[in-house]
Amino acid sequence: MTIDTAVLDWRDLCAIDDIPVQGSRRAIINGREIGIFRTSSSEIYAIDNACPHKQGPLTEGIVHDCSVTCPLHNWVFDLKTGVAQGQDEGSVTTHPIQIRDDRVYIQLKG
Amino acid sequence: MKPRLVVIGNGMAPGRALETLFETAPDAYEVIIFNAEPRVNYNRIMLSPVLSGESTFDDIIIHGDDWYEQNNITLHRGARVTKIDREARTVTSAAGITEAYDKLIIATGSNPFIIPCPGHKLEGVLAYRDLDDVDKMIEFSNKENSSAVVIGGGLLGLEAAAGLKMQGMDVTVLHLMPTLMERQLDPSAGYLLEKELSSRGINIITKANTKEIVGEDRVEGVLLDDGTLLKADMVVMAVGIRPSIELAKDAGLDVGRGILVSSTMQTSDPDIYSVGECVEFEGNVYGLVAPLYEQARILGLELAGETGNSFAHSETSTKLKVTGVDLFSAGDFAEGENREEIVFRDASRGIYKRLVLEEDRLIGAVLYGETADGAWFFQKIKEGEVVSPKERENLIFGQNFAGAEPLDPTAAVAALPDDAEICGCNGVSKGKIVSAIEKEGLKDLAGVRSCTKASASCGTCTGLVESLLACTLGDEFGGTKETVCGCTDLGPGDVRRLIVAKELKSIPAVMQELGWKTSNGCAKCRPALNYYLVATWPGEYVDDQQSRFINERVHANIQKDGTYSVVPRAWGGLTNSKELRAIADVVDKFEIPTVKYTGGQRIDLLGVKKDDLPAVWKDLNDAGMVSGHAYAKGLRTVKTCVGTDWCRFGTQDSTGLGVKLERMMWGSWSPAKVKLAVSGCPRNCAESTCKDIGVICVDSGYELHFGGAAGMHIQGTQVLCKVETEEEALEYCGALLQAYREQGWYLERIYKWADRVGYDTVRAMIVDDAEGRKAFYERFLYSQKFAQDDPWEERASKGVDAHEFSPLTLEPAE
Repeated sequence: MTIDTAVLDWRDLCAIDDIPVQGSRRAIINGREIGIFRTSSSEIYAIDNACPHKQGPLTEGIVHDCSVTCPLHNWVFDLKTGVAQGQDEGSVTTHPIQIRDDRVYIQLKG
Repeated sequence: MKPRLVVIGNGMAPGRALETLFETAPDAYEVIIFNAEPRVNYNRIMLSPVLSGESTFDDIIIHGDDWYEQNNITLHRGARVTKIDREARTVTSAAGITEAYDKLIIATGSNPFIIPCPGHKLEGVLAYRDLDDVDKMIEFSNKENSSAVVIGGGLLGLEAAAGLKMQGMDVTVLHLMPTLMERQLDPSAGYLLEKELSSRGINIITKANTKEIVGEDRVEGVLLDDGTLLKADMVVMAVGIRPSIELAKDAGLDVGRGILVSSTMQTSDPDIYSVGECVEFEGNVYGLVAPLYEQARILGLELAGETGNSFAHSETSTKLKVTGVDLFSAGDFAEGENREEIVFRDASRGIYKRLVLEEDRLIGAVLYGETADGAWFFQKIKEGEVVSPKERENLIFGQNFAGAEPLDPTAAVAALPDDAEICGCNGVSKGKIVSAIEKEGLKDLAGVRSCTKASASCGTCTGLVESLLACTLGDEFGGTKETVCGCTDLGPGDVRRLIVAKELKSIPAVMQELGWKTSNGCAKCRPALNYYLVATWPGEYVDDQQSRFINERVHANIQKDGTYSVVPRAWGGLTNSKELRAIADVVDKFEIPTVKYTGGQRIDLLGVKKDDLPAVWKDLNDAGMVSGHAYAKGLRTVKTCVGTDWCRFGTQDSTGLGVKLERMMWGSWSPAKVKLAVSGCPRNCAESTCKDIGVICVDSGYELHFGGAAGMHIQGTQVLCKVETEEEALEYCGALLQAYREQGWYLERIYKWADRVGYDTVRAMIVDDAEGRKAFYERFLYSQKFAQDDPWEERASKGVDAHEFSPLTLEPAE
């Protein structure tokens, strides 16, 4: 069996249960602030923690369905794609997440 | 001589693989099985009915002794293999039995995960994996008044709990997550399951963190993090399983979470195969029977020499095997972009169904209470065919309605016969409602309710009544009323009334019983429901932090740059040198950039970094200050003037009354923010006449005001009444605040509430009805018992919500 070499880039961030259900954690990775989100069905997503509108910290917003509402001016972002919903236009960078043995692994993009 | 096939493990997967092998190529191998358990192959999934006493071991045997004989299998019972020698091509058991192999199957299954908390090795701590565990459990349950704690509210744990309950034990289930079986069920279905199991007398505690299993030599109880101690003679750990890979790993085979296999179940050694729960395939490990049987079939064919078959990952479905609980889930039912959901709820029959579609294909289903269509939905998920718009209208109603014409709600109501019952609570028929609308000239829901009582009790037929109005009045019908949000057809008033009437005590309970159209609400309804529940069930409802806006979650006000402002409470606007020094020290220590007086006579520290909040609060706490709740939909400030203490015009001790009011009201949650002021004379220096509640002191007593506003909307207060004593002032103000807390809609300030219900109505409730006032006041004081904990202290010193304030950190890799 060969092992995917990309595995080397995955970084062990935390346990799933370190992130509250329907909640989030801020993560500082290589000095960059990333928001780690957990939905009610325990899907984990990672996005840059700054709203493109006025740089609101998205981790402080309410998580509902697969989205988060920015605490400053209520922009809503899809956690999977990072794209703003409804009338608002913009997006945040998303980062791939993998779950292994109930631990959260992250790969940092760009 | 026939090649020798050695099998390590005698579970369901290798059993099924051998069946396939014998059917396809009988007599191809000489088969030798090592079984760590001292018995034949039995159906492990059916252990639950054995535990509950509904089946016996004989009922669940898959392969009896004769099967092994007929197929000339050598079965080593009670023989645990401890070594695989790949060079010598032999396996050896603990007792020293060695067998040579040509082909080897590793089917070691999985091990239960035991939480390594203190006491986990005490006698009486059991897993739930095999018949030995079940025998021990039944032995415990035979003792009189015995009680069990099951740790883990997943599939296995709940089956164990239900079985033990049927054996007559007192059973408590501890579950770490907020809802049961969160891997298989969404919160709504989890709520229904919890309700059903609770009604059978199983005590369920969610968000429960086990601290310790207590006992001398054997289990005596379980201690939770929050200090709860549960009596227990037995603890069943059912928190999960881990593939059993040690043997394969020691033999040098490639392993990840499980033993890595190819699509023909081959490990990294071409003569060694693996099957069952110990296997990892393309990153997946399996614990449910369907994919394991599929693996077994592929392996059987492979060993029989039939090439060209391969195992592929596919969706799985789950059913809970507890008699009388109908529950089914399949596929992927997480929310996501491009995903849509269809939700059906029937509150009176306890039914919940949710389908998840992605790009017009069904990808997931959760069914509770009625699961007959489970297999049909599962088939649709596996086929992955596009669901047409027409098909979709009736999809949730299942197979029987597939292809039927969709009905729009108004047409459906119009088609009902006149004697069809619309309102079950009050027994009102369609004919009665229509004739009332026509004869009495009714134009809206309120009219129908007061004339016929239809939809006036539980409110779940509101949608039907509105459809009747629409089809009777046509364009004349003004449309439906304001709803809480798009997730429901009910307005805030109905929701509040129904929470009380139906004794709904959790957010999933409200959503299920009131037919929410989404599975877990939105950013608009969740904070509202959370408030209604906090206000309605003091001491019972546990605040849902994830349904609160950030300011209320971290007890500080978020600013435009993501920093926070911190406002310590200054009772009645008073402070002193000690507090001021402590504030000054905090400002220096944490380099807080801006310090400002607020309009409510408080000091605001602006620009505090989130990570610093607990430390800032700790220093303020140490100087005797508590949270000023400047962020809360709750009591903010009581502004005062100096009154008789200093002022030459003062008529009463306005500062003292302000402090008393604030001491009484702090910490309470309300629909929107509440600001008070107490002025010492009619000059009104504290500006009481634009506050939510204002007091103006006069020579003969206290003039109480309410319903002022000085924000986007400006309006002066109206007089509630005049009272003579401070005690009366406190009672009337407390009662008024409680009436608003019980009746206000979320985000509705006191003036809007009073505008809606009428100022005279408020006066009648609080002033004219002395008994009612006292009852309001008592309810307020009761609810304050649970509200007056300083949230800063809980977070600064007691570690509450620590995850909020410390980011996870990863440094650049070397």
